[in-house]
Parts: sequence; C-alpha cells; structure tokens
Amino acid sequence: MRKLPLAGIVLLGLIVPGILAYAQSQPGSTGPSPSVPATTPAGEAFRPPPRDAIPSGPYGDMVRLGRAIFRDTGKYAPAFVGNELRCSNCHLDAGRLAGASPLWAAWVAFPAYRAKNKHVNTFAERLQGCFRFSMNGKAPSLGDKVLVALETYSAWLAHGAPVGADMPGRGYPGLPKSTSPPDYGRGQAVYQAKCAMCHGADGQGQSAGGTVVFPPLWGANSYNWGAGMHMVNAAAAFIKANMPLGLGGTLSDQDAWDVALFVDSQERPQDPRFAGSAAETRHRFHDSPWSMYGQTIAGHVLGSTSVPSGGSTRQAK
Amino acid sequence: MICIRRCRSGSGLSGRAGGVSGERPAAACGILAVAAIVSVLATGSARAEDTGAAIAANGAPAGVPACASCHGAQGEGNAAAGFPRLAGLSAPYIQAQLTAFASGRRDNPVMMPVAKMLNADQAGAVAAYYAHLPGPALPKAIPAATSPGAILALDGRWSDGIPACVACHGPDGIGVGTAFPPLAGQPAGYLKAQLEAWQQDKRPPGPLGLMGAVAKRLTPADVADVTHWFATLTGGAGK
Repeated sequence: MRKLPLAGIVLLGLIVPGILAYAQSQPGSTGPSPSVPATTPAGEAFRPPPRDAIPSGPYGDMVRLGRAIFRDTGKYAPAFVGNELRCSNCHLDAGRLAGASPLWAAWVAFPAYRAKNKHVNTFAERLQGCFRFSMNGKAPSLGDKVLVALETYSAWLAHGAPVGADMPGRGYPGLPKSTSPPDYGRGQAVYQAKCAMCHGADGQGQSAGGTVVFPPLWGANSYNWGAGMHMVNAAAAFIKANMPLGLGGTLSDQDAWDVALFVDSQERPQDPRFAGSAAETRHRFHDSPWSMYGQTIAGHVLGSTSVPSGGSTRQAK
Repeated sequence: MICIRRCRSGSGLSGRAGGVSGERPAAACGILAVAAIVSVLATGSARAEDTGAAIAANGAPAGVPACASCHGAQGEGNAAAGFPRLAGLSAPYIQAQLTAFASGRRDNPVMMPVAKMLNADQAGAVAAYYAHLPGPALPKAIPAATSPGAILALDGRWSDGIPACVACHGPDGIGVGTAFPPLAGQPAGYLKAQLEAWQQDKRPPGPLGLMGAVAKRLTPADVADVTHWFATLTGGAGK
C-alpha cells in the first residue's frame, strides 16, 4: 500500500512539476481518527491526492470544473440534470470516499463489459448512463465539456492507482444476505426512525436557502427506475455503509435491507428504456429479485404510474 | 386545503375559483373558510408569541429572568459573552433544549434553573416567539474557502468520518428544517462550548446521536478553526 501514493506523487510530478508542494504536504497531514465507524475501509483504501493539490493551469481548471459539476450537478451541468440530485449524494466526499463508489476505483476499472447494456463501455459512456438514469436527465454527447471535466476529475483522483486493479473500497461494501427476507413494513419503521429527519417523512428531501440539502429519495425529483440505486441490493449496501450520514455502519444488516426495500418500493420517474408496459419493461430490463419495478406493492404495480423519464432539465426550467 | 375540498365536494365546485359566475358562492366558501382557518391559526400562534414576547422581555413570575437580558432584545445573542442567538431557531429545537436544560442533561449553570422554572406552556410560548423572529442574515461574501475551518465546514474530513457541517446545517450553515439549527450568526465562543460539551457528554447528543458522534471526531484545533469560520461568515458575529 505504501508504494501506491508514492507512485502517484511521481506520476503527478512528471506531469505537473508544480505539484511538488503536494508531495511535501502528504506525510502526517491527517489528524487523529477517533470513533470512525468500523465499516469505513478508509484505512486500507487508496488515498486520492488531497484537494489542495489540484494544479493551476488548464488541466487543473478542468479538474476543478469536474469537481464542481460533481458537487453541484444541477448548477454546473443544468442541461443534463432532470432531478434534484447531485453526483456527490451517493458518491460521498465528492467521489473520494472508499465504500461510497469512489471515482478513483471506477476510473481504473474502465473500459469494461457491462451486462446492463451488453457491450464494452468506456468510462465516458458509463458517465452518460449516470445522467440518463441516476440524474434522470439526458446524456451529454461524447466529448461534451461536462464529460471531459468529469473524466479529468476522476483521472486526477486516480493518479497512482493501478490500472485495472479491483481496488479495495470500490463500489459499496458487500452486504451479507439478510437473515429474514427484506420487509416493507419493517423498512417503513426504520425509515421513519432513522431517515425521515433528513429526507422527510414523504421522502422528498429538504432544502434551505434555495439549495437542496437532503436529496429526495423517491418521486419526480429523484433517480429513475433505470438507476442502479433502484436495485434493493445496491441501496442496502450503500445505506449500510454510509447512512445516516456520519453514522455509516450503525444500522443492522437487516435494517439496511428492510429500509432499502421500502425506499425502492416507491414510485419514481419511468425507466427511459420503457417498453410500452411495466410488465414488458420488467421482462426486458428488470428481471431480478432485487428490482421492485413491475412488482405489486399494496395493490399498486410499481412503474405503472411513473412520471415520464427525463424530468425537466434545469436549463429548460 | 382540506376545507376547500370539503366545499368542493358539497357544491360540485370545479376548482377554479371565480372562473364561472355560477361557481362564485362555492369559491367564496372556500376562500372564506381558508381565511377563517388562517386567522384562527394566526390568532393561536399570535397568542403564544405574545406570551413568549412578554416572557422574553420581562421574564415571568416565580423568578424567571427576561430572556432578553442575556440573549438580546431581538434574540440576537451576545457575541462577546458567548450567549447564543435565539432568533430564527426552530420552535421544536428551542423546546428540546429547554427540556434538556430542565432535566439537567444539557449542562449549563445559567439555563438549568431558568428552564426548570418555565412550565410547558411558557416554554412553548418562548420557543414560538423566537422561532418567529428573523434568522441570521445570509452572508454577503463568503470568506476564502481555503482555511482549515472552511474546508472542514464545506468538505468535512471523511478520513476521520467527519461530514461537512453544511451537509446537514445547510448552505453557509443557515440551518435546515426543525432539526438542524443555524450555525451562521452564532458566536464562535458559543459554538466552541457546544462542541466541547458534546465531546464531554455534557449535552445530549441530539437526534440519532449525530452531533455527539461527529463532535467527538474533532480535534481541539478543528473546533477552533470551524467555529471561527462560521462566526466570520456573518461579519464577525463572534470572537
């Protein structure tokens, strides 16, 4: 592990001579770490370069733009965002945090074959998917400055990471299967006790001063039925490791499964791949026990009354 | 809204008030009923606020001192003394604090006896009064976001499990909903004392135990840096 950050420093140094200041600021820069939740794999994970190491000049400007888009997506990429989410809602610490789908681990894993669309995807195409599904918007064209900026930011975060490695901290930590099948009613109780204070009893999040602070988890302003987070297993893993914010790892595995099922059993914008009916769309794209799409909850077929995908992008408003 | 629906169902109102002449009586019914509700609600809360205002300005029998004597005539706090701003805090938050003072779970030699003297109605009235006063003015210019305090406030330090303060307390720490109070506008000394109280278990850890857990991950330097930054936001409200 010790070699990786050093390799990163060397690489950066070759590309940008001015970065040497960063190398000097590296050792011993972190304070004590009391009470960090046990499941945070930060100790073993790759360490991306510190924020203040972003170089000046055109390359650094692009890294900064990518970071800005990542943290405030609706503001900096308004043409492509159709909901009230930001990339950093799920990729915590602006894509730096191990166990919260960090960008540095994703960057070195592409190009990759994806079962979701059955072909080899570049990293840029993977980002397009984020906009189409998680952001319920529309995909920037390949080469669009928004994608270039996000790619540059991701690559910068991954400086020194081994290409193609399965990095510890990638994605969300695996969550063991629940002892009892996830349950909607129990999930609702967990939601009200642990989530509603921030995300609202109605799941619509909370804003302050015109800024969305706590993101909506379902409904017209959240991720659509095609997003990875609509899968109960993905949501459960994310929740277990990272929620409530600042108290990651404190929910029981069963609570995480139950509340993920509850959240992902609410209506949300339609899957952009909608094939005419919820049944047909489920058959083609949601043939998994972890997708509630097309399943019946309390007499309602999920996906049957979804608002159209794409929302209204910020620029259109 | 509920009343409008009732009127509609009773009269077949189409929902567009005043659009068609035949609908006017029903529309008027809706408007009047809403007005009545608003006025009842306003009167109820106005009464509580009046009571609260009186206690804030003059104190109450049984020895409750005027809140304003420490917290300022407009609930603006006292930066030099480190007395917190109350104006614009949510009513549930203020009530929860008064309850914690009264039970001794929030340890403060001045507020504990005062809170014990307030009955539930008085506590509710005071909370309603201060919640109704305007909150801290939004900062006009954000100071450079490169100081250690700014980084902690805006980005957190996840390697130590510390989320950004603004992730819960809102942009520039203006507060969010009823559970997350504003940090902007509070004296640095007050904020520092609270973080230290959580570190020493002298204040209840707050909903879900969130603030207690986060505070214990902060170093003394963190506490000094971040409280200074929030105080500077509103033009040096604190020292």
